[in-house]
Amino acid sequence: MSMKVASRQVDGVTIVDCSGRITLGEGSVVLRDTVRDLLAKGNKKIVLNLQDVNYIDSSGIGELVSAFTTTKNQGGELKLLNLTKKVNDLLQITKLYTVFDVKDDEASAVKSFK
Amino acid sequence: MAMTEQRVSYTLDSSLETIDSAEEKATRIATELGFADDEVMQISMAVREGAVNAVLHGNGYAPDKKVTLAFERTGEDLVITIRDQGKGLDLSTIPNPLAPENLLKTSGRGIFLMRSFMDVVEIRPSQTGTELKLIKRVHGPTAGGKEASQ
Repeated sequence: MSMKVASRQVDGVTIVDCSGRITLGEGSVVLRDTVRDLLAKGNKKIVLNLQDVNYIDSSGIGELVSAFTTTKNQGGELKLLNLTKKVNDLLQITKLYTVFDVKDDEASAVKSFK
Repeated sequence: MAMTEQRVSYTLDSSLETIDSAEEKATRIATELGFADDEVMQISMAVREGAVNAVLHGNGYAPDKKVTLAFERTGEDLVITIRDQGKGLDLSTIPNPLAPENLLKTSGRGIFLMRSFMDVVEIRPSQTGTELKLIKRVHGPTAGGKEASQ
């Protein structure tokens, strides 16, 4: 099962609804291209909604880190929303939960941007 | 499944498809052996990470190099072996992914995840390739009748 993304705007924040698997190969490429395209178009407030992401491997974790740092380096902010237990556990054991701003409801995620 | 000794091995190409295939095989075999759902996920993810290392870092996607994947049930252990035909992993180059200076690195978490999920992880590099051994022990009554076999 490949990864799919759909972007929408909410009060100036881009919500990227992700579904499927973020793994080495297509899933990681889809995420990378999506974030790069958003940044290129000036969308620098990004929320990755991972509610329907059921699997992520170390390459996918690396891609999340890359998306986070790329956005930050361009003066933007990238936050994570609605982690599944699996993804949450992975971010905990890799200590990345302390790096990402993780939200569990969309409204507060949108409001949290300055 | 009964706790009988059994072994199955596969010779696979150095491709992305091999990584998905290795994960699927691990999921199926771990499920058949009666591991709990969360353990099945851990085993399949560890095998996926091992396959990524073999295909990508070991064999470098070389079409003439193969990956050997074996699953063996021995007593209380599921023993998984993944071999590549690369130059041999240099263990000294693997950083600690939890160190603050490495947290934002985009790679280097595969072996850490394997060690987090499996009971034993042995890496034996040589000039003709790297052999990775992953062992998962049967922990609970949900996994194939452990108590009865003791």
